[in-house]
Amino acid sequence: MVGGATHVTRRLVRFLDERSGSAPLVRRALRYVFPDHWSFLLGEIALYSFVVLVGTGIFVTLFFEPSLKDTVYRGDYEPLRGLKMSEAYRSVVEMSFTVKAGLLMRQTHHWAADVFVVAIVLHVSRVLFTGAFRKPRDLVFYVGVVMVMIALLEGFLGYSLVDDLLSGMGLAIAYSVAMSIPFFGANLALLVWGAPFPGEPAFESRMYIFHVLIFPLALALLIGLHLLLLATRHHTQFPGPGRSERAAVGLPAVPSYAPRSIGLAFAVAAVLFLLGGLVQINPIWQWGPYELAQGTNGAQPDWYLGWLIGGLRLMPGFDITVGDYTLVPNAFWGGAAFPLVVFLILFLWPTIERRVTGDRGFHHLLDRPRDRPWRTATVSAFISWVAVVFLAGSADRIYVLFSIPYETLIWIFRVLVLLLPVIVFFLVKRLCVELQVSETYELRRKALEEGAPAVPAGLDR
Amino acid sequence: MRRWLIAGIVLLLKRMRRRPDRKRERIFAEAPPSPVGELVVLLLLLCGTACAVGFIVVYGLDRLGSQTQLLGLALGLSFAFFAAAATVFAYRLVPTAEEQEPYPEPDEHPDDEREVVQIAEESGDRITRSRLLKLGVAGAGTALGAALVVPTLSCGPFLDVDPLRRTPWRRGVRLVDSLGRVLRADDIEEDTFYTAFPHGAPHEQIGAPLVLVRLDPSELKLPDGRKGWAPEGILAYSKICTHAGCAVALYRTPLFEPTSDKPALVCPCHYSTFDPAAGGRVLFGPAGRPLPQLPLEIGGGGTLAAAGGFSDAIGPSWWGVRRT
Amino acid sequence: MKVALALVLSLGVVGSATAAPRGADLYAQKCASCHGSAAIGVPEPRRGEGQLGQTGIGPPLRGVGALAADFYLRTGYMPLRDPYDQPRRKTPAFGDDGIRALVAYIASFGGPGVPRPNPRRGTSSEGLTLFTENCAGCHQVAAEGGIVTGAIAPPLQSSSALDIAEAVRIGPYLMPRFSEQQISNRQLDSIIRYVLLTKDPDDRGGWGLGHLGPISEGIVAWLVAGSVLVLVAVVIGGRARKEQ
Repeated sequence: MVGGATHVTRRLVRFLDERSGSAPLVRRALRYVFPDHWSFLLGEIALYSFVVLVGTGIFVTLFFEPSLKDTVYRGDYEPLRGLKMSEAYRSVVEMSFTVKAGLLMRQTHHWAADVFVVAIVLHVSRVLFTGAFRKPRDLVFYVGVVMVMIALLEGFLGYSLVDDLLSGMGLAIAYSVAMSIPFFGANLALLVWGAPFPGEPAFESRMYIFHVLIFPLALALLIGLHLLLLATRHHTQFPGPGRSERAAVGLPAVPSYAPRSIGLAFAVAAVLFLLGGLVQINPIWQWGPYELAQGTNGAQPDWYLGWLIGGLRLMPGFDITVGDYTLVPNAFWGGAAFPLVVFLILFLWPTIERRVTGDRGFHHLLDRPRDRPWRTATVSAFISWVAVVFLAGSADRIYVLFSIPYETLIWIFRVLVLLLPVIVFFLVKRLCVELQVSETYELRRKALEEGAPAVPAGLDR
Repeated sequence: MRRWLIAGIVLLLKRMRRRPDRKRERIFAEAPPSPVGELVVLLLLLCGTACAVGFIVVYGLDRLGSQTQLLGLALGLSFAFFAAAATVFAYRLVPTAEEQEPYPEPDEHPDDEREVVQIAEESGDRITRSRLLKLGVAGAGTALGAALVVPTLSCGPFLDVDPLRRTPWRRGVRLVDSLGRVLRADDIEEDTFYTAFPHGAPHEQIGAPLVLVRLDPSELKLPDGRKGWAPEGILAYSKICTHAGCAVALYRTPLFEPTSDKPALVCPCHYSTFDPAAGGRVLFGPAGRPLPQLPLEIGGGGTLAAAGGFSDAIGPSWWGVRRT
Repeated sequence: MKVALALVLSLGVVGSATAAPRGADLYAQKCASCHGSAAIGVPEPRRGEGQLGQTGIGPPLRGVGALAADFYLRTGYMPLRDPYDQPRRKTPAFGDDGIRALVAYIASFGGPGVPRPNPRRGTSSEGLTLFTENCAGCHQVAAEGGIVTGAIAPPLQSSSALDIAEAVRIGPYLMPRFSEQQISNRQLDSIIRYVLLTKDPDDRGGWGLGHLGPISEGIVAWLVAGSVLVLVAVVIGGRARKEQ
């Protein structure tokens, strides 16, 4: 470094420290240690997707009109010309067609949302499989699960705001699920929508403020909390030579780790903008505007809500009734009870595991999945359970592609929902044990050949 | 904040004490420079810059086919080059030696914990009727909270769910198509379906749309008490699925009944399948109650009109809705 | 059977079209087992008379006209291996001559002729509206096909203007039949114009992903973006150099 630059740096640090006393904090932050493993970057991918979401989101907000007021499209796109539609839908079509870079930003925004949740799911799976949710990071985990719920709602609102045919159908289902909640569902739905479906015009404004302000703000604050809590406890690390419960081993943030993280941020942006420019997503001009009395076959929510449509489709047709009165309508099971159970399991998992294993200790070292067959098998079974329901959500396309009748598929999936988790549990448990055995065997063989002492299993990676 | 500060200062002091006068000891181990690495990073930065400039140029061009694709490609590649540059930088141009940082211990701050508890306890020292006071505070808090939350009830009719039961259909309301043309019984043919709306009422309300089919009157198996609801075999059902509120936009009607399934109304969202001949009975799928039927009558000039209200509440079900 | 065949032949001749006699022959060989001699239909299953000895059963074809015959034969919907199967689009079983002959034969029993759609008369926006109201429930709004309980609503990507015009008027298999009173020929032209447009829709967003919406988008998000980013993470998160 040139002397002048050093001088400037020194003066800047002094200036800030005198006024904020931040030098010790900055010093610690710069030397914060990041243990290395590729799977630790999954959460960062989600973080950077969120940054892209905010950036592109601000751009599209500049052109979006959150209004359900009727208007007529008079633009260049022939199939929509002269059609009655809402201001919201028209403004998104115009944004896509006439605003320079408008379609790029809109599509990147949508891809970022899809990839955001992909990264979150991978990240949560990693955390579950390796036991990173244990004390002292259980609080970090809970904050994370809350963020998943908000992210799903946030994504759904973005999808719904546009008022195209798919948006409208999605909202009809959301309304019905809200209505189906026992005791107060109807009251809740009327409160949120303001009137029976499609609700009052202000409903669009309500979605809008939650989509562009309240949920993003909540996410941003929770991300901050998530990272702050994590930073005070430090990252976990995998066991290995020199790794212990006493100290994290890894690269210091500056100068070693920061360029990696910046590289990842750029890579995430690269993937999202490439997708946004090259791969079409949600071409709303092809779906047409929403009208209450119309519907399209194979309507689907964005992938991260596919498990709910699967739940709704798999449920056998019954309402819980007393005499002539419906108590719990069917949509409750697939649309509300199922996700509630999934999130409840996620929230309770650290506690459940503590109860089962009796392990209440501090853990900074991660488990390799194979070293905890019971946990790995349970988590795999849980994921497979949700995944089957998720797949069932596209059973209609499976019928189109493979000509297996829909009713047959639904029955296959109903059986799989109950059976597959059990199979997966035993299979994965067995697999873990096998892996351990073959590993110890391999180590012993090596040790015999080299005459070196055997390394205990689980410490070599 | 203060704790951080103290911790930082203590650490700093320790460090200073450890090596009091060797002012310029390196923090990171010295490593040889990597001219090749620098060159590669520079090249990647150059490529990324070119792409970014390309983005600006493409943006500036008017009437360009596939502008979105070119913009995305330019910006995406630009980011990709910078990502590559940062990665090479990270591997070749900065120290990459591992360091250690102690993990926090379980009992990191026992004194502070104790002090916090003490503060909490001593704060209430002077209070003698603590339970009463707690009750008072709780009551005040609840009341104020409620007062602040209550205005959200303006969003909708919270306690009154009657709007859910209201539909624009009553005896004598004529049926029109989506363009507002009055539907006559003669218009309604077999083996097809029609979407109908109430004359003179907005179409965009959940109680409005009907799906209309005509079946052979001899095939009808309507529930008891629906005699005369389907004049000439014309049946009207609410078009809104009782399961999840989508429009029942499918009518399967066999060309040759012996080799295929019988006529049914199907919802495209979760494929609930309803039997129009049997009062909208559920044949398959998750719907828990039949499609509500609207009784019809044929008025003067053969026009179709409602002969009353729906057999059942329309749209998705809720707690306490009556079923037929 | 012979008597029936003779009857068929004579009727065909009376039907006057020159191709009809050959059509009658073809009909007797390939169609009569299910549709009955002289197109009177087979309302009850008949054992062992269909192709491959399957049960013969099928609707009468008197009065369906050239309209239906042309549609079913050109699209390969007929003949059907198993009368209980859903007819699917495949290579026609007959050559142009054969189809002409059979169509003439069926037309000789009377019924509507082959329609003459002219999509240029229609407007695609009216087409989108009508398609959404009447067709999208089964065929999906971008005409990529869908399902109904019991049948597949085929994608319309390989349907010609004539195919669509005929299908709308016939209502094959489980599809509704739309008369001219319900959908006028002008409106039908608009629908056809719209459907033809969906074969090559405005994909200005890039690769169209089959115009299926979230399912294919989700697959890309997972398989393309997900795997690329995991790969990037593996590269970027590589092992640091050991302490020297």
